[in-house]
Amino acid sequence: MIDRRLLLKGGLGAAAALAVSERVLANSGEVAAPEAIAGKDPLLKRSYRPPNYETPIEIFQQDFTPNRSFFVRYHLAGIPDKIDAASWRLRVEGEAVTTPLDLSLEALRNEYEPVEIAAVCQCSGNRRGFSTPQVPGVQWGSGAMGNALWKGARLKDILAKAELRKDAVEIVVDGADEPVLEQTPDFVKSLPVWKALDENTIVAYAMNGEALPHFNGFPVRLVVPGWTATYWMKHLTKIVGATKPFDGFWMKSAYRIPVGKFPVVDRFQSQESATATPITEMVVNSLVTGPASARVGQAAEVSGIAWDGGYGITGVEVSLDNGRSWQPSQLGPDHGRFAFRRFTYGFTPKAPGRLTVMARASNRIGQTQVNALIFNPAGYHNNVIEPVDIMVKSN
Amino acid sequence: MKTLLLLGLVTLVSVREARADEASIRLLDKPGHEQVEGACAVCHSLDYIPMNGGFLAPQAWEAEVNKMIKVFGAPIPPEDAKGIIDYLGKNYGVPPR
Repeated sequence: MIDRRLLLKGGLGAAAALAVSERVLANSGEVAAPEAIAGKDPLLKRSYRPPNYETPIEIFQQDFTPNRSFFVRYHLAGIPDKIDAASWRLRVEGEAVTTPLDLSLEALRNEYEPVEIAAVCQCSGNRRGFSTPQVPGVQWGSGAMGNALWKGARLKDILAKAELRKDAVEIVVDGADEPVLEQTPDFVKSLPVWKALDENTIVAYAMNGEALPHFNGFPVRLVVPGWTATYWMKHLTKIVGATKPFDGFWMKSAYRIPVGKFPVVDRFQSQESATATPITEMVVNSLVTGPASARVGQAAEVSGIAWDGGYGITGVEVSLDNGRSWQPSQLGPDHGRFAFRRFTYGFTPKAPGRLTVMARASNRIGQTQVNALIFNPAGYHNNVIEPVDIMVKSN
Repeated sequence: MKTLLLLGLVTLVSVREARADEASIRLLDKPGHEQVEGACAVCHSLDYIPMNGGFLAPQAWEAEVNKMIKVFGAPIPPEDAKGIIDYLGKNYGVPPR
């Protein structure tokens, strides 16, 4: 059994600066039955409509998140029951596009060089439920994320074929899902041109070697490695080369963070204001996934995953004494700088009872997880070091 | 302190109703609940309310309802909005700080 406390209990000596709270807990969501959402194994239900379901923590004992367990997140409930791949079309157009395109799935597969990339797709609000004070929104635990091997065409190749003009400012993307009411702002997002032209940004038609599950964006979604999932448009139907900043609600008002509050590097300058800026790359983070229990005098192993915005994980340290001392763990296979990186740390428990395990990941540009939450009203970018309790049994 | 089973989730799941869906959600049976259910369920399941219950002060619920009307275009007339705000603040709110 494993406890996931939000924050430390206090009285922690050197780590006393960490916020103090008894409030719990990670995966306390209602467990939905298999197929409660079509094509999925049991997930933790946050809301039925629109469907918001998170991945149970034990699934992250695998480096790649199986499609059937991959989290589901929608803003608006007008989701097609089914999309016919044969008649699906992706329209590429806009003022900054010289040659509009109307791509079938077959054309996307055959006319563009296929590329594969392992990348973490993480909701901006993953762990929102742990914010102190709590903030409104879907109260996610730690499972609004997943790592998959994505395959598709580079967005830059598509934009090259459409002869994107030099005066393009943003690339706007829309999907087949829509609001229930006409007057509700449709979920439409934009990217700065430089990120759209990044060779790692792809229009993906395969996920872990299979078609995308319907609720992960079938038949095609945008994959924006390093950046939070808000940009990874599902059921992609339209790509627009725009000569002006896109002014829709989901860019101007939603998914924004206070300027200067987080240690992020990537900027989205055409959408910045004096006080707020669109969320961009993920912050460095980790998740402890084991052991579920341990026994006095017997070898045990702390394990988990680490990830960041694509700079690459360089190390994960583990503490078994509430953050007083930290030891380096061993990193697992490198699936690329945008993927989950496994870590393991062997130890032998000396005393029975509750043992608090902590992990702290660092990346190639010297960033590390924070001791105390960087509060923001939308509950984004939570990478607080999490104390996780395991029960050590007597021998 | 709540705990979770790191392993053995599948056994937990098997005891649950496979047909569980949003029809199973009931808001607190207090004056105004039918109006709230009718207005909110047009666009989303009612689990959003208990999910955000217990930590929003009444004025935060008011802000949420106003956002639904002004930003998301919920067709709720002002006289109904007041009843919805009162119900949410009273039954799913916490005292203002």
